[in-house]
Amino acid sequence: MDNLTHVAAPYSTRRSTVVWLLLIAATLATWTVGEEGISGPAAVASLLLIAALKSRAVILDFMGLRHAPLLWKGITLGWVVLVCGLIAIAYWKGMP
Amino acid sequence: MDTQALAIESPASERRLPGDLAIWFFICAELLAFCVFFAAYAFTRAKHVELFNAEQLALDRNAGALNTILLLTASYFVVRAVQAAEAGLRDKVAPWLAAGFLCGSGFVAVKLVEYADKLGAGITLSTSPFYMFYLSLTFFHFMHVLLGLVILAVLWFQARRGNYGPDNGTAMNNLHSGASYWHMVDLVWIILFPLVYVLR
Repeated sequence: MDNLTHVAAPYSTRRSTVVWLLLIAATLATWTVGEEGISGPAAVASLLLIAALKSRAVILDFMGLRHAPLLWKGITLGWVVLVCGLIAIAYWKGMP
Repeated sequence: MDTQALAIESPASERRLPGDLAIWFFICAELLAFCVFFAAYAFTRAKHVELFNAEQLALDRNAGALNTILLLTASYFVVRAVQAAEAGLRDKVAPWLAAGFLCGSGFVAVKLVEYADKLGAGITLSTSPFYMFYLSLTFFHFMHVLLGLVILAVLWFQARRGNYGPDNGTAMNNLHSGASYWHMVDLVWIILFPLVYVLR
């Protein structure tokens, strides 16, 4: 019993720390786009891509769904694609 | 015990959901609700692009970005709490959870300042379609943060008793379930922040 309690966790703390720092960096990138007042299709596409990659990292690394059944991985990652896709379509419709 | 030994031998081959199945159904329902809300915002904006673009500029992007960082950091601390529990470091679980709770409370404080500012400027749900969405969407999320904080407080209380460790499957299941809910709150804000504060 005691031998098993000290086996390393399936996710390394170092990886989690790197993911956390990348998520902070991505947030600062989004904030910079806002501060610079950048708009248009390229800005929308970039911001949605950043948001999708951040979401994927939270789902796989923080929620720990990397090793979850494929159905649940598909539902959560599919949600990210659906949400970002719908937003992209709506913004495309609103383009002048 | 057998299943645990198996998981250690082949962590990748045995796919399993962290936490209770029920919490994942709940998380899916929440994600669906937010998806509808986000789409409603985006398609309403398509009909009032100039109004949305103008009023979006009045939002405090610094507060929005700071809150994103607070939620991401809270999530990271909760991850560390779960990892400590899995590694059998029982005395490390409660401090990580407390750190996560503090960051979540920071989010609440920043949001309250933001709401006070907007309400003080006379802005209500009926001011404009943009502010109707801004207030209702962020408040809907805000309520989830509050529930998440209650869950973190309960987990912290249990962690202080040393309940979370790899030899207590039921307790670990509860810890994973609560952590998953908290990450969902973070996940939703990752979309909400660029959508409402930045995208134009």
